[in-house]
Amino acid sequence: MKILNYKLILPAAAFLAGSALTGCKPGQGGANTDADAAKKVYVAPGKYDEVYTFMSGGFSGQVAAYGIPSGRLLKVIPVFSQNPENGWGYSEETKPMLNTSHGFVAWDDSHHPELSKTNGEDDGRWLFINGNNTPRIARINLSTFKTDEILELPNIGGNHASPFCTENTEYVVGNTRFSEPLDNAAGDVPIDSYKKNFKGAVSFVKVDKESGAMKLAFQLIVPPFNYDLAHAGKGPSHDWMFFTCYNTEQAHTLLEVNASQRDKDFVMAINWKKAEELIAQGKGTKTPAKYAHNVYNEKTHSATSVMENETQTLDVTKFPGLVYYMPCPKSPHGVDVSPDGESIVASGKLAAVIPVFSYKKMLDAIDKKQYDGTIDGALPVLKYEAVLRGEVKKPGLGPLHTEFDDKGFAYTTMFVSSEVVKWKVDNLEIIDRSPAFYSPGHLSIPGGDSKKPYGKYVIVMDKITKDRYLPTGPELCQAAQLFDISGNKMKLLLDFPTIGEPHYAQSIPAEKIVKNQVKFFKLAENTNPYAVKSEKETKVVRNGKRVDVYMTAMRSHLAPDNIEGIKVGDEVYIHVTNLEQDWDVPHGFAIKGANNAELLIMPGETTTLKWNPYQQGIVPFYCTDFCSALHQEMQGYFRVSPAGSNVPIKFSIGVNPVTQ
Amino acid sequence: MKTFTRTLIFISCLLMLTAYFLPLWHIGLEAPQYPEGLEMKIWLNGLTGNIDQINGLNHYIGMKFISVDDFKEFKILPYVFGALTFVGLLAAVLKSRRLLIVWFAGLCLFAIVGFGDFYMWEYNYGHKLNPHAAIKVEGMNYQPPLFGYKQLLNFTAGSLPDTGGLLVGLGGVLVAIAIFYPPRRSSNHTK
Ligand SMILES: [Cu+2]
Repeated sequence: MKILNYKLILPAAAFLAGSALTGCKPGQGGANTDADAAKKVYVAPGKYDEVYTFMSGGFSGQVAAYGIPSGRLLKVIPVFSQNPENGWGYSEETKPMLNTSHGFVAWDDSHHPELSKTNGEDDGRWLFINGNNTPRIARINLSTFKTDEILELPNIGGNHASPFCTENTEYVVGNTRFSEPLDNAAGDVPIDSYKKNFKGAVSFVKVDKESGAMKLAFQLIVPPFNYDLAHAGKGPSHDWMFFTCYNTEQAHTLLEVNASQRDKDFVMAINWKKAEELIAQGKGTKTPAKYAHNVYNEKTHSATSVMENETQTLDVTKFPGLVYYMPCPKSPHGVDVSPDGESIVASGKLAAVIPVFSYKKMLDAIDKKQYDGTIDGALPVLKYEAVLRGEVKKPGLGPLHTEFDDKGFAYTTMFVSSEVVKWKVDNLEIIDRSPAFYSPGHLSIPGGDSKKPYGKYVIVMDKITKDRYLPTGPELCQAAQLFDISGNKMKLLLDFPTIGEPHYAQSIPAEKIVKNQVKFFKLAENTNPYAVKSEKETKVVRNGKRVDVYMTAMRSHLAPDNIEGIKVGDEVYIHVTNLEQDWDVPHGFAIKGANNAELLIMPGETTTLKWNPYQQGIVPFYCTDFCSALHQEMQGYFRVSPAGSNVPIKFSIGVNPVTQ
Repeated sequence: MKTFTRTLIFISCLLMLTAYFLPLWHIGLEAPQYPEGLEMKIWLNGLTGNIDQINGLNHYIGMKFISVDDFKEFKILPYVFGALTFVGLLAAVLKSRRLLIVWFAGLCLFAIVGFGDFYMWEYNYGHKLNPHAAIKVEGMNYQPPLFGYKQLLNFTAGSLPDTGGLLVGLGGVLVAIAIFYPPRRSSNHTK
């Protein structure tokens, strides 16, 4: 009953807080808008933005790259969801990327972009992102802005605390939101046997230093709590990884109430270095598991999917010193580590304070065995007072996430009271607060979770935008807001709509990424088995019902452009190689009535569309990307004859004396 | 032959040798879509630069594809030029004013033939446009610039010496000085 009352208060409190702070009605917000805002976000035509921001597309399953401060959408990077715009997940080459142990899963819920790090700083090489639904971690190559690798994680339900990386990207992690029986346990058990049969699993995915290649190194089997978010230590706390846990009540029904009972849940601290040593000593248990590992090769321009069948697990209750719990007020959500690696900030969604833990005190408490009981009779819970550095008092309602600037300040989003609160890390005093419109989740400061924050901006991602933009029916976009944090007071500069749900974002100075850009793929290095390097090599080959068309695209024609001898019921694979060797000259390829998608083929790349002609007739195909003045002329025809007819395969292109 | 003259010859030979590792000539193209420009560099023994892209664009007006294999010049140029430089060295070593003049004449001939050849290639590229090409250039001919800038459709083409070319040119000037600079005044410099 107490809980219920508390919740009823929230909307009212939120309204009061909002009006008191802005001095005007919601929707009229602008009190904290900088008078100079337009100038500060204006990026003149032809000029580049200063920062890249990578935002998760949430339920769109993708990632979007924006330029900051302009807020311009630069690119939607297809990751977990099929993308008909460019054939991602539709072309034969990219279909394997969406393979999982559950079959072809062409959508997901992507939440946490994570930039690769070197010495605790963002290095601009890769971006990792989790698939929350069908547990996966993807790696995007930031020289091509393409998804290069997707690794499924076994034994996990709701891959939410993912994919946070250690200081040198030694590992990215993925952890269970929904604990469940391990995959090999088959799991046909009563759901109310939760406490007995359900488990959590923390996956440590090893990342190759040079190539970025991922490998599931080991999994820690942990109590069946819900694990929400994570951050690795840095500097002194390098060896540790911190996870928030909610539902330490281990409820399995009506969690809204049943998982909000305890006054304190936990931050789980894992000594990953120790886990790594134990694995090296052969202490891991080989456990059967089925999970897909998909890799895209930049030279063959195609992906392979391999099904793995084993994982290594460590039951943490059997290895003392691996895991400790720090009590944390009321349903913690975010856990963030200060740039110096010393302060661990956790936020209870329903708590009235923000606890700041001390890494030093944590080690001390472990040393002195200052325990407050154990979990599962083996895992020590450290005394709250012993590990606490202090609390940020009265921060607002619903603290969620914290990031840090370069001047010793922290910024925390308040979901319920819709604001961002700035506080000083050393004395935990609140310095400033600014309304956010509305219900901010994560926030992002360039380098804000690294050792070297760049400061200057904070981008706040909002879940609700009603009345902020021109209305678009019942479905409204979500949004990001850009604040200037270079001064003492936060100043709102800009807000802009985003794709899907901008759940979390990471931002990085543009120079770290721009210098590595690939402008086109070298045709000479294209080793796709169906690539053709010149028009002379184009051909059409029939093998039973399978027909392979080796086609080329260049400004402004496709070769061959007349293809006959295709029959109803054939399986036609059109392999299009883009012969261009110039920046920004992709070609498109589309067939009338094709049941899957079109293709977008980058210069020097080969991509394959599978087409099942189902009725006789003449079927046009054409380029969909306006590539040149003669783009409209870039077209051709298939002649489809009835099944069993004897029209021979024939292909041609008009005599073209102007090509070599 | 004075030391001054011989020093000039040696410096000139050194400058000439840069032709083996620096580009001689540079053709640049600029258009609204190519603010960063496209370029082709001509070396003693070949071409480098955005040749694929330039070919891709040239096909619109029906210009023949540029291909290094079509230029037999690049197979013999390094030898001819090497032989010429050797004559220069020989002139200095043998202190032969005669050889010096032969060398200078050879260099002049080399330049004349070279530019003539370059012009003819450009002429052929620009005057044998394919009549079936998508874009008809006015008069069906376009003489690319031999030296300086010229506009064609959306492109400005610029043809100028590159580092190697400039150094070789400077070498030629030194040879001219060696021959025509009054010897008695040069003795003031040497002693
Ligand atoms: Cu096209």
